[in-house]
Amino acid sequence: MKPRTLPRTLYDKIIDSHTVKTLDDDGHVLLYIDRHIINEYTSPQAFSGLRDQNREVWRPATTLAVVDHVNSTEPERVNFSPDESGANQMKYLAENCEKYGIELFDLLDKRQGIEHVVAPEQGLVLPGMVIAAGDSHTTTYGALGAFGFGIGTSEIEHLLATQTLVYKRLKTMRVSINGALGFGVTSKDLIMAVIQMIGSSGATGFVMEFTGSTISSLSVEARMTICNMAVEAGARGAYMAPDDKVFDYLQGKPRAPEGPLWAKAVEAWRELKSDNDAQFDMQVDLDASTIEPMVSWGISPDQSSGISGVVPSAEQLATYHEKTAIEKAQKYMDLSAGTRFADITITHAFIGSCTNSRIEDLRQVAEVLKGRHVAKGVRAILVPGSSLVRQQAEEEGLADIFTAAGFEWRQSGCSLCLAMNDDVLRPGERCASSTNRNFEGRQGAGARTHLMSPAMVAAAAVTGHLTDVRKLVRGE
Amino acid sequence: MMMEPFEIVSGIAAPMLDANIDTDVIMPKQFLMGVDRKGLDRGVFFDQRFVADGQPNPDFVLNEPRYTDCKFLLTGPNFGCGSSREHAVWGLKQLGIRALIGTSFAGIFFDNCMRNGVLAAIVAEQDLKDLAGIVAENPGKPTTVNLQEQRISISGQIDLSFEIDELRKQTLMTGLDPIGATLQHRQEIVDFEQKHLQANPWLAD
Repeated sequence: MKPRTLPRTLYDKIIDSHTVKTLDDDGHVLLYIDRHIINEYTSPQAFSGLRDQNREVWRPATTLAVVDHVNSTEPERVNFSPDESGANQMKYLAENCEKYGIELFDLLDKRQGIEHVVAPEQGLVLPGMVIAAGDSHTTTYGALGAFGFGIGTSEIEHLLATQTLVYKRLKTMRVSINGALGFGVTSKDLIMAVIQMIGSSGATGFVMEFTGSTISSLSVEARMTICNMAVEAGARGAYMAPDDKVFDYLQGKPRAPEGPLWAKAVEAWRELKSDNDAQFDMQVDLDASTIEPMVSWGISPDQSSGISGVVPSAEQLATYHEKTAIEKAQKYMDLSAGTRFADITITHAFIGSCTNSRIEDLRQVAEVLKGRHVAKGVRAILVPGSSLVRQQAEEEGLADIFTAAGFEWRQSGCSLCLAMNDDVLRPGERCASSTNRNFEGRQGAGARTHLMSPAMVAAAAVTGHLTDVRKLVRGE
Repeated sequence: MMMEPFEIVSGIAAPMLDANIDTDVIMPKQFLMGVDRKGLDRGVFFDQRFVADGQPNPDFVLNEPRYTDCKFLLTGPNFGCGSSREHAVWGLKQLGIRALIGTSFAGIFFDNCMRNGVLAAIVAEQDLKDLAGIVAENPGKPTTVNLQEQRISISGQIDLSFEIDELRKQTLMTGLDPIGATLQHRQEIVDFEQKHLQANPWLAD
């Protein structure tokens, strides 16, 4: 008789299958990592550590390096950073990749782009894999049925040297989303609604499994937006069981397996799901049909609301932390309780980032911008997620729509999502942004960020104030 | 790389009790441009700690004379959320911070603390409130953090326990290089890898 095993979640299965060794009874394991993505700004000190200790990289072929954070996104691509220190980071990354035999997509590579856009685009992320990267938005890869999570620089060094991480198992949270999405409502609105509901630390210590009819109905790119932003609820990982949409997405990608190996892989990937009676530590349910386009009004990603709402009042809130957080947010954002979102005017519109800069996002933006123009006094910037996305948008004629509408059409990079390059807002400027964080100073010291979907950013760019994209498109 | 071991540390604790203090605020972007760890003490809370001309902002808590030499921060919920940038922890360490005492920490930041010999101690909400109250009323009086005993105390006033799992505790107390420790399992990693790639041949190089 076969030994009985307890029903397991997909997370348990992936961690079990990557456990080199159990380290204690406390949930710590030595976890094998299949792929590793590195960038120019969180990796330098890790490589210096290897050099100092004369250590080798365990399995260089599993790592891909991409330049994305510090580079200019000016329309004319040059292999150049806007400042000396950024140039130095790019140079050191190239030296390290050369020395240790790691593949690098540098600025002039036609596959360059934001790491979390590039890795899936190349087929580097496959179902069932464990992937780590020195960037918190590595959770994105869960949309492909992989398990991705962000790590710090010390862990990058550990991973380079050992192909493993000392890892503590997370608690599990299942988020079931069912129901049809309304017109003009996107996966960005769904994940913002989840974060608003459970709070910015609601999933701290957890991995999130997203499931339900709404998730199944979404494209793979739309799913990436959800897993990407799960970290804004504190989740250290987020995933969805892979399905035919994922396999179709991957087939033919440059790094995906081919021929008999492909068939064998898909057969194995079809088994990647939680057992029916698997137990989760927490359950969250959401009816997608109740969600309207979301906008953030504060300085934490959970400070958001449907576009028809108003800036909330601290009076209604119970706890000390809730009250002080709202007061602090209102002060920084220069907004008062009761202000209608539609009355908030903007100076900037930004579409880009690992959250929302893929080709489907750009198609949605083009739908809104076609035949319309950016409002007077608004600077509108569109930064595609990768150089290949840029190329495709040009081939599809989308880029012509963006430029005709008055958007700057840029080269790829992280850009104004975190403003590490020369794309920085000035104090008091206010940006409608398709990005993931509305933290104080995120887009520039004293600058104010409103998070929303790419289509909503396009609508705000056109009217000059936060706008319900559904009304704009319907001509209401 | 060896880390500074953490055993018993005494010093001043300073309150930073707002919720959701993120790593962008702890270490703003302009301090992320190096290839080494130098000079990050200047960057800690830069936009709040300094005014436009580079002078200390007198209204910022860490600039109050009673807190300028602090070794501990009493932190609000979800401290360290956001970006994975380890620069935030490097900067706090360089500023002289040895432990953070709070009710919850964001995951990546929490791991980064341990990797740099900075203790992130999790205490009960009421204990944190009590501790913060006593700290506020007793300027100059040191707080003592004893990792072995998992106790935080102010002599004659408060003595409370904190949570930490055993593996983190040992890592902090010994300060030993975690990479060296993992490489002691070299053969097990080699064996695992071989089996793993045989079972999943599409993962091979």
